[in-house]
Amino acid sequence: MPADSLFIQLPTDSPCVMIEFEGQPLAVPSGISVAAALLASGIRQTRRTAVSGAPRAPYCMMGVCFECLVEVNGVPNCQACMVTVSDGLKVRRQQGARALNALAEEGAHDGI
Amino acid sequence: MHKTQTTVIGGGLLGMATAYGLARLGQKVCVLDEGDTAFRASRGNFGLLWVQGKGYGMAPYARWTRQAVALWPELASLLLAETGIDVQLRQSGGFQLCLSEAELAEEVRRLQWLKDELGDYPFEVLRNAQLSQRLPGVGPAVVGACYSPMDGDVNPLKLLRALHQACQLQGVHLLSGDKVMGIEAGDNGFVVTAGEQQVRSEQLVLAAGLGNRELGAHLGHAIPLQPSRGQILVTERVEPFLSHPTSTVRQTDEGTVQLGDSAESVGFDDGTSTAVMADIADRAVRSFPRLGNVRLVRAWGALRVLTPDGFPIYQSLSKAPGAYLLSCHSGVTLAAIHALRLAPWIAGKIALPEVAAFALDRFNFAPEVRHAG
Repeated sequence: MPADSLFIQLPTDSPCVMIEFEGQPLAVPSGISVAAALLASGIRQTRRTAVSGAPRAPYCMMGVCFECLVEVNGVPNCQACMVTVSDGLKVRRQQGARALNALAEEGAHDGI
Repeated sequence: MHKTQTTVIGGGLLGMATAYGLARLGQKVCVLDEGDTAFRASRGNFGLLWVQGKGYGMAPYARWTRQAVALWPELASLLLAETGIDVQLRQSGGFQLCLSEAELAEEVRRLQWLKDELGDYPFEVLRNAQLSQRLPGVGPAVVGACYSPMDGDVNPLKLLRALHQACQLQGVHLLSGDKVMGIEAGDNGFVVTAGEQQVRSEQLVLAAGLGNRELGAHLGHAIPLQPSRGQILVTERVEPFLSHPTSTVRQTDEGTVQLGDSAESVGFDDGTSTAVMADIADRAVRSFPRLGNVRLVRAWGALRVLTPDGFPIYQSLSKAPGAYLLSCHSGVTLAAIHALRLAPWIAGKIALPEVAAFALDRFNFAPEVRHAG
């Protein structure tokens, strides 16, 4: 099966915002979801599963399938399709299950 | 018209474990499974193999439960060998966490009663300091806990799938999607009608959870069963942090954490409610404060199948010879004994004097209502 991205960015008047994925800057249209931004940027793998370690990427794009889990600004297991891009957002792949202790003093998920 | 030796009504854990046990003995078995409009207790449970406290007030049930978990390794290895599915049996012992002195005292009183009745009944009572050593991460709100090496857990969804697959491999015929609308009992056995399907069989096993009330009525028996709703919350997957199951918080083999266990009398409503979910979450976070930052991804309600005393019914029906009524609300804990002892008893291969304690007629004389055992 071909693995080329099927996503083509439609012409848009939206101004760009800068996000980071795994430390790399990406210019993406404002107003779209992190999942859409990653797919439109040609990124193929956005996480590894917690059970088998298989590589995965966004799928349903509507908050249901949980395939698009990423770390956003240090918060693990965020659904990339439910987070809107904003300037300076730092996104990393979700590599397997999140740690529990890491988050113990971090505060809440409210910032996203 | 299908013809078979035994018809089992109910494709949940009780029905499938029984069907599997019968098929292993060479019986031809047909299972009728209503479909997703049924209440499906086997798809909503918590996955514990729980012994401690079970059978308080009825020692035979405590013995039956202990016998069941002793048989569990045999069932797990049979299922693994036949289907390749590892149901994640973990018999590590389990903790009942107590958040007040009163809770702890009541728990200890019950376990002591059971120990007095059974003799051999291992458990330990741990105060918070000792408990923290044994179960790291437990919060200061936990006054203490009872630990029993008899307890454990499995992945209940993998168990249901493994039983279905094992049954299929053993030649069990599964008819899904239709509710049983009629049972005729005649001299030559039974004819069960479900939708367009009809099944004739010599023996009949009723294992339809709350549906057994209606099925029993077809055969002239009143079956006293009531729903008790439990709600369960499930978290995102997290790295393993909990080495043992507790009766309210359990981490699954795949990383999610299940939080329970409420009990409500709300009739046949298997939904969820904010107040109960909040209580469950609050108790879980007080038990393990690190859960305070974990996301919940799912919640559901499911209906326990309860008799007036909370204990099972295993009954050969007097008004319909060849028909057996089976009911329990611990289909996970008891799965091994259902497959490996109860089924051989139904098939007439073994005597099982233990089941006498679980006869239907006890409700004619014992109107007292007790909480689930």
